[in-house]
Amino acid sequence: MHNKGIILILLTIFSGLFFIGRLFYLQIIDDSLRNNPLNNAAITAKYDYPKRGYIYDRNDKLLVANQTSYDVMVVPNEVKNIDTLEFCNILSIDKDYFIKQIKKATKYSPRLASIFVEQVSKSDYAVLQEKMFLFKGFYIQKRILRNYPFNSAANVLGYISQVNEEKARTNSYYQQGELIGTQGVEKQYENVLRGVKGVKFFKRNIHNRIIGSYKNAEYDTLAVAGKDIQLTLDIELQQYGEWLLENKRGGVVAIEPETGEILALITAPSYNPNLMVGRDRSKHFNKLYYDKINKPLFDRSLQAQYSPGSTFKMVNALVALQEGVIGTQTKTRCYGGFKYGYKESAFMGCHCNSLGKPMKLTEAIYKSCNTYFSNSYIKTINKYTTTAEGMDRWSNRVKKFGLGNYLGYDLPVGQKGLIPDANYYNRYYPKGRWRVSYTISNAIGQGEVLTTPIQLANMTCAVANRGFYYTPHIVKKIENTPITNPEFVTPKNTDIDSKYFEYVVEGMSKVFTQADGTAYYSQVDGLDICGKTGTVENFIKVNGVKTALADHSIFIAFAPKKNPKIAIAVFIENGGYGSVVAAPIASLMIEKYLNKSIQNAWREQNVHDKNLFELEYNKQLTLLQIKNEVKQ
Amino acid sequence: MKLSSRPNFLLELDWILILLYLLLVITGWFAIYATTFSTEQIALINLTTHYGKQLVWIGFSLIIIVFIFSLEASVFEKYSSILYIISLLMLLGLFIFGKTINGQTAWYSFGGFSLQPSEFVKATTALAVAKIMGDNLFNIKKLSDLRNVLIILIIPLILIMLQPDFGSAIIYFSFIFVLLRAGLSIQLFVSLFVIMLIFISTIKLGIKSTLITSLSLIGIFFFYAYKREKMFFRKYWHYVIGTVLLVFILIFSGDLVYKKMLKPHHKDRLVLWLRLEKDPSKIKTLKRSFGFNNDQSIKTIASGGLTGKGFLEGDRTNGKFVPEQHTDYIFSTIGEEFGFLGSSFVIILFVLLILRILQKAEMQKSKFSRIYGYGVASIFFVHFAINIGMVLDLLPTVGIPLPFFSYGGSSLWGFTILLFIFIKLDANKANEF
Repeated sequence: MHNKGIILILLTIFSGLFFIGRLFYLQIIDDSLRNNPLNNAAITAKYDYPKRGYIYDRNDKLLVANQTSYDVMVVPNEVKNIDTLEFCNILSIDKDYFIKQIKKATKYSPRLASIFVEQVSKSDYAVLQEKMFLFKGFYIQKRILRNYPFNSAANVLGYISQVNEEKARTNSYYQQGELIGTQGVEKQYENVLRGVKGVKFFKRNIHNRIIGSYKNAEYDTLAVAGKDIQLTLDIELQQYGEWLLENKRGGVVAIEPETGEILALITAPSYNPNLMVGRDRSKHFNKLYYDKINKPLFDRSLQAQYSPGSTFKMVNALVALQEGVIGTQTKTRCYGGFKYGYKESAFMGCHCNSLGKPMKLTEAIYKSCNTYFSNSYIKTINKYTTTAEGMDRWSNRVKKFGLGNYLGYDLPVGQKGLIPDANYYNRYYPKGRWRVSYTISNAIGQGEVLTTPIQLANMTCAVANRGFYYTPHIVKKIENTPITNPEFVTPKNTDIDSKYFEYVVEGMSKVFTQADGTAYYSQVDGLDICGKTGTVENFIKVNGVKTALADHSIFIAFAPKKNPKIAIAVFIENGGYGSVVAAPIASLMIEKYLNKSIQNAWREQNVHDKNLFELEYNKQLTLLQIKNEVKQ
Repeated sequence: MKLSSRPNFLLELDWILILLYLLLVITGWFAIYATTFSTEQIALINLTTHYGKQLVWIGFSLIIIVFIFSLEASVFEKYSSILYIISLLMLLGLFIFGKTINGQTAWYSFGGFSLQPSEFVKATTALAVAKIMGDNLFNIKKLSDLRNVLIILIIPLILIMLQPDFGSAIIYFSFIFVLLRAGLSIQLFVSLFVIMLIFISTIKLGIKSTLITSLSLIGIFFFYAYKREKMFFRKYWHYVIGTVLLVFILIFSGDLVYKKMLKPHHKDRLVLWLRLEKDPSKIKTLKRSFGFNNDQSIKTIASGGLTGKGFLEGDRTNGKFVPEQHTDYIFSTIGEEFGFLGSSFVIILFVLLILRILQKAEMQKSKFSRIYGYGVASIFFVHFAINIGMVLDLLPTVGIPLPFFSYGGSSLWGFTILLFIFIKLDANKANEF
């Protein structure tokens, strides 16, 4: 009899234990329910967005400001008995748009607010503001937009856009639809500029209605205003450079050698930064994004990798001097070229026109003699017992100039460039079956060597400073406090004796002053500019045939010769000889920066008017189209 | 009058049960307060709120308790049939005078106050069952006796099903424990359980695994039977074949019923309960429709963590995220605001209550009191197991209140009467009538 009573006792105890076990699982073990954002459905956060920091140039000119804009928001469930016609009239929208937007909002959520009309004009806002009470379910939300008074430096400043779902998921600070810097300084200094949004937590009920503050506002925080940033950029120089580069493709970078501050960072073609603001932002963005021919969103000053051409000879000269394989007075003869092998084809032409007269280093630089530098390059590599060791020594020394790797500047895009080493060649010629002659193009900055304009400008700084450089950077002050990042305020040494630089600088000076110097015609009276031309051959394949295009035009320069204030690298795609386009642009910009005015108005007009689209790019396009047609 | 006639009456009361009762009622009231308070209403006693009303019901319960104590213990046995019949008439009357709330005609309405007779029928049925089974001549093995008990159970069950209130109807199955205790063959109970297990297993694990598992279990059982008695197969071959055949039929018919005969919304409940769906988006849809309450409930409980968010600090409770939280889902409030420790404490209170009633029932000299006590324990157990099982999302949504916790005068009074009649009977066991 008593046995039978045990069933219910056991069941009761078992149920109790089972329930406690289930509670233990739910409340203690299983995190998924507790950490699930859905689980926080009872708490809602309201954000208070602080003012986003302003951006100034080095002369305190305002580059980026804030501008208030108004969005009309809608909560579909609360829309009741409104005069649709009047509403549409005020907003200057038609009925179809009204219906479409209501449908879209309802699909997103009938209870939550969505944007109905974005960025209402100020005049519409004034009218709407007075009548808003008539339109139940609609309200106006203030929003901060960016404003760029200068229509310039889009690649440097960048823009802000709405946080997408992906970003909102991976970064807990952001909610979908908030604004975030997406390019340039806006992106790089996002955390500085945006400040910290304030948050107030509220408890809400299942109908999404606020029912009171959460835990007596214990977790609420106040907004912290974004900080203002002063850039190293000189907006006038930047604008001037952008004007000169109109109708050309290329990149220009100007840096103050004694600090590493970027004075101008120009890419062409570029775009008006104000296109990335406003109602038509996405339309404009798409147009820029899908322009695969001109690539206006591609920052050529930071991302384009070109062969440096003869501008690279300075580095090779300095490495050879430091390695002791040439002396400052070593002379070489040039008979119109350099033969680096036994075959007939193993010959590199030279345009120095020295006709076998012995040349010293300085002369070789201003005449840009290929023979001299091929010679010294081979000596540098062959100084060591194996070619591979020589190659690595050379590579390491060259990299000391900030080449072949990311520079570490404070902008979000860039490229490494390429300075080959023994490993690199081993990959192409297995088991070390390569000789120094295979790499001879490195001597004159062609072949495997690749640099970006900013790397080239930085290399010029190292020469201008006679041996060291500061990592280029774009930000000068944050909230009126000069930056202290050791990366930007500690000099980086090239490990090349400063005495050798004087000879190279002398050569670069003569590029302007000697009648047979390559930039003689770009001279500016009263300024002692030092520079070096570069001319880079380039090809495209048309129907599998290597077809030569007009040469890229390169120029590097700094001025004045003593205590340089500006170093610059100019890269113009298909501009011809370095002396043709790049050199005048460099000297004009230096003149503009140092003298604030231009002596030769016709010269700047001449450079500005040069339309490479008409002269070159459209021709290439025709070639490429032919190629496409054949393919089809 | 009766109280004063026995000065030692208070000493004979089981104060443990009374203490458990008070603890549950008070904790329950605080839980109701948490689910329905709002910051705008400052007054503690506000008779328009749920917690205000519940306080009144609790007050009335105390009067009911005093009234029960004041009666002669023998009254309950003597008048059990009359009470039973009156309560059945009350159920019948619903079809004429009843008020329909949420599609259930389960209420008598007097002004602003409604009464749910099915809450009281539990007690009168328990008394009637005790009366019949308490008879010295009652023999459960006798089919006619068993039939009489079943009739007593089935009448209220059908009347309540007609309201229709399936939750309250399920309660009458709790008397199976009373019948088992009285000697009903346990095999029946076990077979029912096994059939259910096979059905669930077929749906959850599929025909193949269920078939293999059940046949191997049967095989092991037969093998041991054969070991003990070599003649087993020769003697019982028809049982062997019958069992195997039955398993086949059960599994295939179970599968057929599930796949072909169940209506989609019943099927979806099973799918959700047995976690048959693997696709997260489909699970979400199901949870939004059928499992919404349970889903909100476990999220709310889980958010409580070890110690809970504190009294009145449960943000999900404040936000009224759990539907019916002051009635059937009241336990989720405890889970959120008092955490694992608080909710385990409540579960322990219930377990202790049921065990104490069972213990006391076994100690009764009178058969009537013992069977009644057993009925009380069974009713509490089924309410407790189904309600908490549902709130913890182990069972599908069934409308059954948690005794002493869920908001509602009828249910509180019904359970109070149920329990205190037993306490009265127990207190009286020394001087049996």
